[in-house]
Amino acid sequence: MAITINGQEHDLSGDPRTTLLDYLRDDLRLTGTKKGCDHGQCGACTVLVNGMRINSCLTLAVMHDGDSITTIEGLGSLGSPSTLQKAFVEHDGYQCGFCTPGQICSATAMMAEIRAGWPSDASEELEGPIGATSEEIRERMSGNLCRCGAYANILAAIGEVAEEELS
Amino acid sequence: MTAHLKQDKPDTRNLLDKMRQGVIGKPLSRPDGPAKVSGTAPYTADHAVENCLEGVLVTATIVRGEVADIDAQSVLTMPGVVAVIDDERLTARAAQGGADEAPEQPARKVGYFGQPIALVVAESFEEARDAAKQLKVDYRADDLSDIPLDPVQTDPEPQDDGTRQGDLAHAMTSAAHSVDLTYRTEGHASAAMEPHAAIAEWDGKRLTVHASLQMLNHNIIELADALDVKEEDIRLISRYVGGGFGSKLGISEETVAACVAAMELGRPVRVVMSRQQVFQCIMRRSETKQRLRLAADGDGKLIGFGHEARVSNLPGEDFAEPVLQSSEFLYAAENRLLQLEVARIHRMTAGSVRAPGEAVGMPALEAAMDVLAEKAGIDPVELRLRNIPDKHPSEGLPFSSHKLAECLKQGAEAFGWDSGPRKPRQRREGEWWIGTGMASAARVHNIEEAKARVTLKADGTALVETDMTDIGTGTYSILGQIAGEMLGLPVEKVLVELGDTRLPRGSGSGGSWGAASVGSAVFVACNRLRERLAGKVGIAADDLVLKDGTAGNDLRLTDLLDGEDLCEEGHYEPGEIEDDYTAAGFGAFFAQVRVNRFTGETRVDRMLGAFGFGRVLNEKTARSQCLGGITWSIGAALTESLLFDPVDGHLVNCDLAEYHVPVHRDIPDVEVIMVEERDPAASPIQAKGIGELGMCGGAGAIANAIYDACGARLFEFPMTPDRVLSALPE
Repeated sequence: MAITINGQEHDLSGDPRTTLLDYLRDDLRLTGTKKGCDHGQCGACTVLVNGMRINSCLTLAVMHDGDSITTIEGLGSLGSPSTLQKAFVEHDGYQCGFCTPGQICSATAMMAEIRAGWPSDASEELEGPIGATSEEIRERMSGNLCRCGAYANILAAIGEVAEEELS
Repeated sequence: MTAHLKQDKPDTRNLLDKMRQGVIGKPLSRPDGPAKVSGTAPYTADHAVENCLEGVLVTATIVRGEVADIDAQSVLTMPGVVAVIDDERLTARAAQGGADEAPEQPARKVGYFGQPIALVVAESFEEARDAAKQLKVDYRADDLSDIPLDPVQTDPEPQDDGTRQGDLAHAMTSAAHSVDLTYRTEGHASAAMEPHAAIAEWDGKRLTVHASLQMLNHNIIELADALDVKEEDIRLISRYVGGGFGSKLGISEETVAACVAAMELGRPVRVVMSRQQVFQCIMRRSETKQRLRLAADGDGKLIGFGHEARVSNLPGEDFAEPVLQSSEFLYAAENRLLQLEVARIHRMTAGSVRAPGEAVGMPALEAAMDVLAEKAGIDPVELRLRNIPDKHPSEGLPFSSHKLAECLKQGAEAFGWDSGPRKPRQRREGEWWIGTGMASAARVHNIEEAKARVTLKADGTALVETDMTDIGTGTYSILGQIAGEMLGLPVEKVLVELGDTRLPRGSGSGGSWGAASVGSAVFVACNRLRERLAGKVGIAADDLVLKDGTAGNDLRLTDLLDGEDLCEEGHYEPGEIEDDYTAAGFGAFFAQVRVNRFTGETRVDRMLGAFGFGRVLNEKTARSQCLGGITWSIGAALTESLLFDPVDGHLVNCDLAEYHVPVHRDIPDVEVIMVEERDPAASPIQAKGIGELGMCGGAGAIANAIYDACGARLFEFPMTPDRVLSALPE
C-alpha cells in the first residue's frame, strides 16, 4: 500500500490503528499538522486529501491507499510561502500559531469549494456562483477553532487572497 | 555585566520616545510568523527525539479516596508496553501560577474525578493508549454522600477580611436609586489549542525537558521540587507555546510524569495529554455567585457599592477566583463592602483562566450598572463618567494614569452610541430584535521581576536572550522592537531567543505582565549598553543618537565596537512604586446584538473596544491581544460553560464539541481603538498589560445589549437561548 504526501510516495505498512494525523506527524515527521483534539472538533489537523479538506485525526492512514495528501509543508515553505501564508503573516492571522497550519490548509480548500460553486449555510442561493463574502468565509471556516481569538485577522487574510483569486 | 533597576518612582525620562530608530510601537509583522504559517515552528510535541517512548496518563474514576492497587501485569504483556509508572512523585494536580513548589503529591491519593493516577509507557502511542485503557485499577473510594461536590450546598469560608467602609446598608436605604441583584456565572476552560505536552530526556545526571509552559522561571522550581532534582540539573525548553491563558502557568501532571518515566526507564519519554485530559486535569475557572448592591444619589453618583462573591476550589488550594479585583477601584462610593468566599468542593482544580476575576466579576458589575442607569434615567455612558474616582476609593492612592473617560468618550463616538432615552425593543428586522449595550473595562496592572541579556555584537547585530515565553502574545516582536529602538537597529538586526532556562530568568507570561516586565529588563540592559557606547564616543548617553547601525554622523556602530561584543544583563524589579500608585488598564466596550424572538438566540452584530494600557509596543500584536480578549468576551457572554455531573462532580463537557468556544462565525466585525498613553509609574517603558483587559467586562456589554434589544434581563452567564427565552417579558 502506498500514499503520496506532498508529491512523494510513502509506504503504508505501519500499525493499522494509526490515524492519518499520527502517520504524518510520527512516522513521516511532518509535524506542521497539529493535534489539537484528536476528535475532529478543532480543525488543527486539517490536510487536503486529493484536494479536499479533511480532519486527519478522524481517518486511519491505511484507509488512504493510493491517495494524494497535501499538508502545510506542501503548500509553501519558510523560504517560499504561498500567497495565503504570506497574507496570514501580514494580517497577524494567528497568535500562538498552533491552529494556523490547519486554518491555512482549510482556507486553501475552502476557496476551491467556493470556486466550484458549493453552497453553504451562508449562501443566499443554492445554485449559481458564490461570492467570497465575509459571512461565507466565516461560515466555511467555522470548523477551524482559534482559541487566541485571531478570527478577525484570519478573515482579513483569507478575504484579501479570496478577493484576488476568486474575483 | 549586570544593570539593575529597582523602580521606586515614576520614570518620567520617557527614553523610548527620545530614540530615533522609529520601530517602537510600529505595526510590524511577527518575526516568528513565517515559521508559524509554514508549519516549521516547533511546538513541544513536535520535537524529534531518538529512541523516544510514548506515555499515556491514566485517570481516576472515583471522586475521592485512594488507589488501592494498580495491576501492572494486566498490561505489561501487551505488545510494545514497557512500563506502568505509579511513582510517589507523580503529581495529582497542576501547580497554581507562581506556586514555586511541587503540586499535590502523590497522585495515588485522589481528590477529583479524572485526576491522573499513573502513566502507561509503550514503544508507540497506539500501544500506550490501548494499554492505558486496559489497565486494571482498584480503589478505596470514599462514600459519595460524604463528599461536597456542589458549591451551592457547601458552607463557604471567607477568603480574607474583605473591604468594609462606611455603612452600605444605610446607603442603600437612603439612596435615590439602588439595585440589589444576584448574578451567576458558570465555569470556563482555557482550552488552549495545544494540549499540554512534555518530552523528557535523562542522561543519568541531567534532565532536558521540552514542555508547553508559560513561566519557566517558576516552572523549573516546581519541577525540581516535584522530582527532588536540583534546579541546575534541569533544562526546560518552551520556545513555541500553543496558547496558555493561565492553563500553563504552573507545572502540570504530564511534565512530571514524563520526567519520572524518563528517569526510571533511561529512555526519553513523550507525554501529550488528550483533549479530555486537558479539560479534566488542568484548571477550571470557578463558577461564581455574585451579589451586587449599588446605591446612587439623584445625580447618579454612587454612594454605596457592594460586591460579594462566592467561588469554589478543592480543599488545600490557595487560589480563589479574584472576582472583586476591579471592583476595589473602578467606581467611587464612600460606603463599600467587598467580600469573597470560597466553597471547598471536589471538582477539578480551580485556577487562573484568562483575566482571572475580572472576566466574570466585571460583566456582573457592568450588567448591574446598566440596571442602575435605567432606574436613574441616566445614559449608561454618562453614569460611568460620573463615577470615575480621582483616587483609589479605599486605599487613597493616586492612579498612575487613568484613561477610562477617554475610552468611554472615544468608544461611544466611534461606535455611534445613541445617548438619548433608552427603551428595549425599539428596533426589529424580521424575527430579530436589535439593540446596543456598553460596559467599562478595567484590569489591574501587574509587573514582575525579570532578567534579560542583550549582546551588541561586533557585526552590528544584537541578541536578546531570556527564558521568557511567547505564548502568542508577541514577545518575540516587542523585545526586538525595544532593543532595536534603544540600540538604533532595524528589527531584522535583532535576534530574540526565548523559552530556555539556560537563559536569564524572565517574568514568565501571565497576568498580562510579560511585556512590561521583561520589556523593562531588555530596556535596562540596552540603557547600560548605550552608556558604554557613549563612553566610547566620549559623549553623554543622553547625547548619543543611534540609528540604522550608526552612532551619529558617519560613525558606524561596527567601527565603534571594533571587533568587540558588548553584553549586559538587564535586571528589572518593581520597587516601592507599587505601594505609591494604583496602576490599571481601563477601557470601554460597545456591542450591537440581535436576538431571535422565537428561538432566543443571540448573535453579536458588531463590537468595539477602546483601551488605554500605556505605551503600545507593537500596534499589530497589541491589537491582536485586544481582538482575542473581545472574542473571549463573546464566548463568556453566550456559550462557554463547564457543566458538572451532580452525582460525582465529574466534568461532563470535557471536549471542544461540548464546551463551546467561539468559532469564526460567532465573531463579527470588531473595531479596536487604542487610546495611547504613557504611564511612567507602570514601567520604565511606560507600558502596561493588554492580554486580559479585552475580556474584562465585554460580556456585560453584550448582556446590556440583549436587554436593549428584547427586554430580557439576564442574571446568568452564559446567556444561552433557553435563558434568554425564559427571561423574555410577555
